[in-house]
Amino acid sequence: MIWDWAYAFEIIPQLAWAAVVTIEATFIGFLIAATLGLVLALLRIAFPRTAWPISMAVELIRSTPLLIQIFFIYFVFPSFGIVLDALTAGILALGIHYAAYCSEVYRAGFDNIHRGQWEAAIALNLGSWTTFRDVIIPQAIPPVIPALGNYLVALFKETPLLSAIAVLELMQTAKIMGSETFRYTEPITLVGLFFLAMSLISAALIRSVEKAIKRRFIR
Amino acid sequence: MGIRTLVAMLLVTILVTGLLATRETYSVFVPGLLEGAVLTLQIAILGCMLALVAAVLAALGKMYGPTPVRWLANTYIEIFRGTSALVQLFWLFFVLPQFGLRLEAFPVAVIGLGLNVGAYGAEVVRGAITAVARGQWEAAIALNMSRSQMLRRIILPQAFIAMIPPWGNLFIELLKSTALVSLITLNDLAFKAQQLNQTTMKTIPIFTLVLLMYLAMSLAFTIGMRLLERRAARGLARGRFA
Repeated sequence: MIWDWAYAFEIIPQLAWAAVVTIEATFIGFLIAATLGLVLALLRIAFPRTAWPISMAVELIRSTPLLIQIFFIYFVFPSFGIVLDALTAGILALGIHYAAYCSEVYRAGFDNIHRGQWEAAIALNLGSWTTFRDVIIPQAIPPVIPALGNYLVALFKETPLLSAIAVLELMQTAKIMGSETFRYTEPITLVGLFFLAMSLISAALIRSVEKAIKRRFIR
Repeated sequence: MGIRTLVAMLLVTILVTGLLATRETYSVFVPGLLEGAVLTLQIAILGCMLALVAAVLAALGKMYGPTPVRWLANTYIEIFRGTSALVQLFWLFFVLPQFGLRLEAFPVAVIGLGLNVGAYGAEVVRGAITAVARGQWEAAIALNMSRSQMLRRIILPQAFIAMIPPWGNLFIELLKSTALVSLITLNDLAFKAQQLNQTTMKTIPIFTLVLLMYLAMSLAFTIGMRLLERRAARGLARGRFA
């Protein structure tokens, strides 16, 4: 018997609990990524002369594997006196890794703002904070929301990497089930199906958000 | 980033690695890690080749195949883009043997990562083919070419040039995801790092060297693709693919 339905139904509740951890890691990780990414992008604009260390850091983070970054935060940070538990370290690594990608997305958004908008803000004697909050950000962010959504899905699909530092998320739970019963087929296939379903749903969501944004913001 | 900045970064990375390697605390780990890096590169290069083939076949199948082929190509693309690379590797490594197909870890790594990136690449190929100017198709029709002649002689050679930059990004993604193969028992750079870390507990030198090595490989890949891009764009009308 290759596929055992009884066993599959038996493990679904346990996998559902693990899925909660996966989703939690996804959202907290993405919250960090979206905020930190915006901060990085704003710093680059605010201080153009000192932007190169940020560009270098972004390039460094984007050019090295997420798995190694997870190991780095989990194993190396304690040597600097920062001890994190596995889940926190994993979420932080996900957040920082995707912050590098998100900062590029925001940058593209800011680059698309016409120069006249900045000049008009100066002509109206707006402060730089007001300019950003009321003029630039409302125009720069909506068009890049779909791109950010794609990174949310990408981050979601990278959460199984947390299993490498023994976070009890979906993949790790499935692996433990497999090694206890020697039946890998059902748990791993179910995990795959869960990711597939979630990705297809979120792809559809992103598409409809994209349409809504186009209707509202882009003339 | 410009190609000069990238080359400068690569040189600095190599220089820093070299300087660190002169110190006793770092040099003991270099041979072991380099051994892992060789395997990482092997998987990355073979994976890239498989990804290219898979992507072109899937894109052509999706665009011009008969209905069953189109359906198959769509299923392949959606499944490999919709699930995690790690889940795919585990599935190929642990579940496939239950269906009677047992593969070694190395082929699983190449096939898994190659097919994963190939699925993303299929969309790149499709986009590049659609981006070829309509007049090119019309001219090919006017010359009474068959569809395969048009694709082979007119469309694909132009589409390949437009594909180089996105493929560069995908190859970097693939190079980075090779770190996952350490979790299916392969002795790559990430695996070596963990192994040395467990036996010596010297986390700082090991992971610093590993990060530098991955960085050097990514930069070298990026520079290679940039050069290829420049070479391929020679003699092209400017802005054709804008």
